Amino acid sequence: MSKRLPTHGRLIDRSKRIGFTFNGKSLAGHPGDTLASALLANDQMMVGRSFKYHRPRGVVASGPEEPNALVNMGQGREFEPNQRATTTELFDGLISRSQNHWPSLEFDIGGINKHLSRFLPAGFYYKMFMYPRAFWKHVYEPFIRQSAGLGQAPRDRDADTYEHFNTFTDVLVIGGGVAGLQAAKAAAQGGARVLLMEQTAHWGGRAPVDGGTVDGAPVERYIDQTLTELKAMDNVTLRLRCMGAGVYDHGYVLGYERLGDHLPGAEGPRHRLWRVRAKQIITTTGAIERPLSFAGNDVPGVMLASAMRDYVVNHGVAAGQRIVIATNNDDAYLTAICLKEAGLDVLRILDARDSGGGPLMNAARALGIRIDCGRAIAKVGGGRRVKKVQICAQDGLGGALEEIACDAVAMSGGWSPVVHLWSHCGGKLTWDADQAHFRPDPDRPPTGADGAGFVRAAGAANGYMSLEDVLADATKTGISAAKAAGFKPKRGTTPKAEPTLQAPLEPVWLMPRDAHAGLRSKSWLDFQNDVKVSDVQLAAREGFESVEHTKRYTTLGMATDQGKLSNINGLAILSDALGQPIPATGTTTFRPPYTPISMGAIAGEARGEVFQPVRRTPMHDWNAANGADWEPVGQWRRPYAYVRSGETVHDAVMREVTNTRSNLGLLDASTLGKIIVKGPDAGKFLDMLYTNMMSTLKPGRCRYGLMCSENGFLIDDGVVARIDDDTFLCHTTTGGAEHIHAHMEEWLQTEWWDWQVYVANVTEQYAQIAVVGPNARQVLEKLGGMDVSRESLPFMAWADGRIGGFDCRVYRISFSGELSFEIAVPASQGLAFWTALHEAGQEFGVMPYGTECLHILRAEKGFIMIGDETDGTVIPQDLGLNWAISKKKDDYLGKRAQARSHMTDPTRWKLVGLQTEDGSVLPDGAYAIAAGRNANGQRNTQGRVTSTYHSPTLGRGIAMGLVLNGPDRMGETLEFPGTDGTLYKARIVDPVFYDKDGEKQNV
Amino acid sequence: MLTLQCPYCGVQADETELSAGGEAHLTRHGPGSTEDEFHDYLFTRENPRGVHFERWRHTYGCGKWFHAARDTQTLEVFGTYKAQCTEPPKELRDAITAKRPGWTWREFS
Repeated sequence: MSKRLPTHGRLIDRSKRIGFTFNGKSLAGHPGDTLASALLANDQMMVGRSFKYHRPRGVVASGPEEPNALVNMGQGREFEPNQRATTTELFDGLISRSQNHWPSLEFDIGGINKHLSRFLPAGFYYKMFMYPRAFWKHVYEPFIRQSAGLGQAPRDRDADTYEHFNTFTDVLVIGGGVAGLQAAKAAAQGGARVLLMEQTAHWGGRAPVDGGTVDGAPVERYIDQTLTELKAMDNVTLRLRCMGAGVYDHGYVLGYERLGDHLPGAEGPRHRLWRVRAKQIITTTGAIERPLSFAGNDVPGVMLASAMRDYVVNHGVAAGQRIVIATNNDDAYLTAICLKEAGLDVLRILDARDSGGGPLMNAARALGIRIDCGRAIAKVGGGRRVKKVQICAQDGLGGALEEIACDAVAMSGGWSPVVHLWSHCGGKLTWDADQAHFRPDPDRPPTGADGAGFVRAAGAANGYMSLEDVLADATKTGISAAKAAGFKPKRGTTPKAEPTLQAPLEPVWLMPRDAHAGLRSKSWLDFQNDVKVSDVQLAAREGFESVEHTKRYTTLGMATDQGKLSNINGLAILSDALGQPIPATGTTTFRPPYTPISMGAIAGEARGEVFQPVRRTPMHDWNAANGADWEPVGQWRRPYAYVRSGETVHDAVMREVTNTRSNLGLLDASTLGKIIVKGPDAGKFLDMLYTNMMSTLKPGRCRYGLMCSENGFLIDDGVVARIDDDTFLCHTTTGGAEHIHAHMEEWLQTEWWDWQVYVANVTEQYAQIAVVGPNARQVLEKLGGMDVSRESLPFMAWADGRIGGFDCRVYRISFSGELSFEIAVPASQGLAFWTALHEAGQEFGVMPYGTECLHILRAEKGFIMIGDETDGTVIPQDLGLNWAISKKKDDYLGKRAQARSHMTDPTRWKLVGLQTEDGSVLPDGAYAIAAGRNANGQRNTQGRVTSTYHSPTLGRGIAMGLVLNGPDRMGETLEFPGTDGTLYKARIVDPVFYDKDGEKQNV
Repeated sequence: MLTLQCPYCGVQADETELSAGGEAHLTRHGPGSTEDEFHDYLFTRENPRGVHFERWRHTYGCGKWFHAARDTQTLEVFGTYKAQCTEPPKELRDAITAKRPGWTWREFS
């Protein structure tokens, strides 16, 4: 059993007890515990069930590499799934639940999957769930959803706050172990501004656990002294609980600081995302111990040797009482010695090397520990916890020589440098055959804007495993980073660590070497995703030679731990199966973040009202106070309709249409884009931008124009007014103002830079109000000031003047087919003018109207809308707009493209009106079907609906659509299947449904 | 996230203030051009592993378009220059040659 020891536990405060719960059970721990150490102290060896087979799983590691001990944390608005117990600091009142089991951790229905494991091999999704097709939706998918998956998704809004923090530094050091401290000190002494991040709550990394002496004193002294020195330096910033999450182009780094996870209820943000620009980055991220692959290596109680040592030294927790250790290197002897000194029974050390280890082995033997060389674990016995191990020869098939009863197993397969951050931005690795690991290749670092490397690894992350080498490497690297950041550091001094002698490691990728199939199918590589040695071997047999393909086929390394433990072991098994050396297989790609970071930290402050800016017209507040049902248009909020009490939104829209057609409607059109184009070449420029001729427009007049992209497609439309000889005002769609302005700038700056034209986006400088309806002129005349008669201000003219005391620019244009004046006033006057129009309009039946009314009014008139009738594949010729395309101009943007064969194809779908036989409304986007089926067995199509509304004016549904040879097929009936199963029938008609001759607008 | 120096305002701009604008130094083909010329102008682009010339706009800065010469593999930036030209400046091409002898990109080397 696992329990708290009376001794050891350098990080815990035994004088205080704190309570927490696991699966509803009340347990106690000490300040300084992690959730994992506290669970182990309470003999909670089983902490979860595995992803695929629902096998019982326990804590394997002591850090962020932990694959098994994932828990749901908290509840309600603080709920968070998939938190690693090994990196969760214990606090009073912590609530945790294990994941991936039903109905309980101890008794789990899904555990039956383990008996089905021979039917759930690598790639089983692809193999098993293919046929019959109908089974996917009703059988397979529900089964997979029920049985797979880790934590639950939170249901409530996150109660916490998060923030982003931007900073610059000369040298960023990631990892606060001895290498990080020493490298930071060396760089800072060289004059560089240094930021040092450590993901845990403690400085010094593994060194206090592993021991050793520096300059004659215990390594803890060195850590304390160095920290004191660093804290005293103005150019050094130290951050604990801050993980280097990702390294990106040109020295950009994301750091993930967990400020509040261990302090529930504390003020301030829970997480902070550091956005760092660093001139140089040093990764002192240490190394991670590899598991050994033997049968039953996933049974609770089997743990990394280093983790077992960590729990004793740091938390005074024994993972077991009677322990067997399996290793291929000397490091595990440190664990043996540590356990023995803590009073635990180390039953046996199984050293896979025939010749055993070096001085550490002798030290262990001197303590009375039995060591068997050339021996391996054949199999671990036990279900929910370790009960026994079978011992065999490493060189063999796994025939058991002996069986030992025990309650924990420590395993060590050697150490792999944490190369993730080095690799994120393209740093390459080199295979170190002596230590059987990949380490950074100093000759191929990630390169920055100047072409030089900007990341360097130091210490264990660079493949140096002894304290002596780590300190020397860190000093050297700190100095070279400062130099590369532009400083002139003096030669630093390296503290001297006592050398340690270790016998060489012997790579062991499978235990025993020729383990038979029964053992291989119980030897786990990836604990979190349940990938076994046999799965990778199967993938290789099935032809998956590339490591990236094997990864995706078997899901090796694709879980939330991204294969921190499984990576090298999996590569080695694959290489062996393919009969090639490990470096020939290579690694999969390391991608940020190093460990998962919270979505809250990524969002930072950008949530709720500040998620993105909202653009408001000068009349916004009036609209809000008068029943606006908002429609987002770009970042604007426009009233969809002004809903009165007792009305539905649909009622309101119908009322607005009828009133505008019969009395007087006011539209807040301030969001329409307004771009000034000015200069001697303005006319020439607009002739290139619009399909029709703008240079011939007379001052005082307006012209409707179409804009196309260079590949011919219609991108925007609007009315252009010529202000004077060299000034035009171009109206764009609401959503188009910014990108049409950018489009103009692009052509002016990059193609016609010698043309004398300036453009300015003045959209927000003006409030614009459309005064629409038969009474429009009357209300303006009542307010008085300027002549708005038919004679003085005819259709498609504009004039400056004063109305009701307001400075106005009045455009006689109409998007509704009614008598209409669009009036621009300075934005600051918008609300006052709008209010004045409402007051004066009372006797004329004034009502404001929203965007849906606007849409119906224009559809009744057959006017197109960008984004409805166009979708980026439609040219003006499709929409019957040939009248707006100049035949006289040699060139305009899109002209050449519109001459291409596909654009002139007579079978392009063209705009028509559509009218249902029964007056109902066609479904938006519905397709008109044609005879026959296509190669995919789908019905052939011959057209689609682009706009569809109920017209209160006509008392029936009206629609527009694009139809094959449509204009030549007037009167024909098309069939439109709806998604509700109804077959709609509609006749092809003229798209102008109302007042075709324009009698209503030309008054 | 790249950083590029805007040749107009001098700011060492973060990628978040810039917009990428695709390949630099395209020659516009309009009416009168052949189908092939026009097709290539619209659609045919370099996809080099190495030296590349690109258009960028300092959108959330001074608003100006400029060109950047950089290595798509190493992310090294050889230089940025104003957009009002039809080919990379000679000094820049020479500087690239010094670092990448034998480089070619379209008709330039």
